[in-house]
Amino acid sequence: MSRPSTHASNTASGSLWMYIVGFVISIALTVGALWLVLARQFSTGTLLTVILLLAILQIGVQMFFFMHITDSPRPQFNLWILGLGMFFTFVVIAGSVWIMSFGAQGY
Amino acid sequence: MSTFLPHFPATFIVTGDPLIYGAEVSIVLATVGILFVLTYFKKWRWLWREWLTTVDHKKISVMYLIAALLMFFRGGVDAMLMRTQLIRPNMSFLQAEHYNQIFTTHGTIMILFMAMPFIFAMFNIAVPLQIGARDVAFPYLNAVSFWLFFFAALLFNLSFVVGGSPDAGWVSYPPLAGLEFDRGPGENFYLLSLQITGIGSIATGINFMATILKMRAPGMTLMRMPLFSWSVLASSILIIFAFPALTVALALLLIDRLAGAHFFTMFQGGNPMMYINLFWIWGHPEVYIVILPAFGIFSEVVSTFSGKRIFGYSSMVASLMTISVISYVLWVHHFFTMGAGPGVNSFFAVATMCVGIPTGVKVFNWLFTMYRGRIRLTVPMLWAIAFIPIFAIGGATGVMLAAAPADYQYHNSFFLIAHFHQVLIGGTVFGMLAGMYYWWPKMFGYMLNERLGRWAFWLFNSGFYVTFFPQYLLGLMGMTRRMYTYPANMGWNTLNFISTMGAYVMGIGFIVLVMDVVYSIRFGERDVTGDPWNGRTLEWSLPSPAPHYNFARIPTVTSRDAWWTSKQERSRSDAPRKLEPLQPIHMPKSSGRPFIMSAIFFIGGFGLVFNWYALGFLALLGVLVSMLLRSLEYDTDYYVPVEEIEQTEAALGRA
Ligand code: HEM
Ligand SMILES: [Cu+2]
Repeated sequence: MSRPSTHASNTASGSLWMYIVGFVISIALTVGALWLVLARQFSTGTLLTVILLLAILQIGVQMFFFMHITDSPRPQFNLWILGLGMFFTFVVIAGSVWIMSFGAQGY
Repeated sequence: MSTFLPHFPATFIVTGDPLIYGAEVSIVLATVGILFVLTYFKKWRWLWREWLTTVDHKKISVMYLIAALLMFFRGGVDAMLMRTQLIRPNMSFLQAEHYNQIFTTHGTIMILFMAMPFIFAMFNIAVPLQIGARDVAFPYLNAVSFWLFFFAALLFNLSFVVGGSPDAGWVSYPPLAGLEFDRGPGENFYLLSLQITGIGSIATGINFMATILKMRAPGMTLMRMPLFSWSVLASSILIIFAFPALTVALALLLIDRLAGAHFFTMFQGGNPMMYINLFWIWGHPEVYIVILPAFGIFSEVVSTFSGKRIFGYSSMVASLMTISVISYVLWVHHFFTMGAGPGVNSFFAVATMCVGIPTGVKVFNWLFTMYRGRIRLTVPMLWAIAFIPIFAIGGATGVMLAAAPADYQYHNSFFLIAHFHQVLIGGTVFGMLAGMYYWWPKMFGYMLNERLGRWAFWLFNSGFYVTFFPQYLLGLMGMTRRMYTYPANMGWNTLNFISTMGAYVMGIGFIVLVMDVVYSIRFGERDVTGDPWNGRTLEWSLPSPAPHYNFARIPTVTSRDAWWTSKQERSRSDAPRKLEPLQPIHMPKSSGRPFIMSAIFFIGGFGLVFNWYALGFLALLGVLVSMLLRSLEYDTDYYVPVEEIEQTEAALGRA
């Protein structure tokens, strides 16, 4: 029988460090973004760009450390779901910017 | 340090209204009654061992179902109160403030504490059994989800008697819901309970996505999977991607209210419109989260009771998936009137109309499945058939609303109210009731009474038309939503009266439904075969209710409608089936921690509602400790020995 187990068994303890490192980096990226806003060192445009970069970095960190994106073998639907996630993220961000600028950008 | 000491607001226990006094007395009486019965019949141990600590998806399903029906009752009483207030002009049955609270709790409860647990009850009972699995992918997490929902519902309902109910609408828009206009703790109850139940919902979405993608029986390719499971996959995808937006919106509003931030305030650079945007990024997908599983149930029911394979299976799958993607890019149609500009409004208007296409495909497929089928008009089938005309009209009025310029007229009128009740009741509620009647024997081992079920159906269905059709007209005549009374000379009197009468009929229908349940507990026909409907999918191959490990041997699937195929094969050959030897079954252990951790969530949420930060942080610590303890726990599973499986199967009359 190919699937005797009904639920995921405990993963190898080697990945424990991955989780801790990933967690610390995530926290650092989040606190960093907050700090940048509170410190007001940059102009608004630069600030937005930097925060956006930090957010993208955060996605990468979570994918790598928590979602095991590099684990193989990778079933095909993983790619599909990942693509869908990227699409939805794009829609939310680009859509919100478009909506909340109230026509300022001209159509 | 005064903020760290409990500070009781003057209105800690709500007073002053006879309805609320009544509720307080009955809550105390009911609690005492339950405690007495449990103690008298020595049921505490049983309750703890069999239910509060269970991680079995079938028991979790039962608990979700009971909770959903109770919340349906509470939301229904709210509805009756509102309709009574509107029965005639200038009524003073409810005061304005009380009316505000009631429509807020009605909407919130119906969507988050009725529809959501109801679909989760169906997810839990059907998905693992349909795909040939022994439980969900993460049984422990499943229990966490349920208890988070349960305690969140408790927290929300508590606001009725302690602190005061929220009153800014189920959408809770700032600035109305912000501190400037709404100081009371009611709004905090809303924010915190939704936050807690939202965590549970996201976990459920992840759980079922993993279950469906990873735990199907050998041979069950995705394209052989029953359509209900497909619909759960589509719904789970939406849950995973939509609920985080709600989490963010609620969290920011909470920070505004508790910590004095300015995300959504009017001044200091805040922007309340951003809340509206975030809320509907969740809110629109949410209505599809609750409708897609109903679509799945209709597919199962229609094909079973037409005695035919579903027509156009692949197009059904394709339309489910298309809907779940498109429904993510429609959210602006809930606030066209905010005025984001013609570019934005046109884009979202056209996208909204597009979602009608895959929905239409599904409706035609159901009709073609019934065409020339041998139709059995059982109660689940009645709900499914009645759904079609209601949903067609609801979809059509939806497309009317989606025409952005016209929506400036319809928006927030009773026309809108009629539209979304049409799709939510005719779609989700009818679907869940169909599913409840359909899977009830699988959950409990006996059937619901068909005669009473028919009565409930006809009352509810006809009451529905009488309630909501006048509301379309009222909307066109200018009656707006959320008005607690209206003057006598508007020409709205008759239609409102009719609508209220319809609501009462629906109320009676619900009572008959409850009578059916109570009657059948005692007199319901036992389901001894496990396949009372002559079903087509794997859940009907098991005894009712299924043993805790579901499948003694995991089946090998060779086609769609797997159980139907194997029944046909068996009737064709009398050669005895050769069975593989049994093997020990790997199962998860029960755990009390999901219950305890969620109770701690409840305590912390309650603390934050009243700005008792010490209690809030203490509870947060408790939650972290529970999670840590779980991470360090290794003794989480066990094997059911072969002898025990043999005994259980023999007792169930199975070889
Ligand atoms: C063809 C399908 C549909 C279309 C075109 C459609 C369109 C719309 C539009 C344009 C609105 C906003 C109107 C306004 O606020 O002025 C709306 C509101 C709403 N719709 Fe639909 N809809 C469809 C199906 C559904 C379904 C399937 C559900 C739920 C199961 C649903 C639930 C709701 C709810 C709850 C609201 C109002 C929320 C509120 O303001 O409180 N709709 N719909
Ligand atoms: Cu919508």
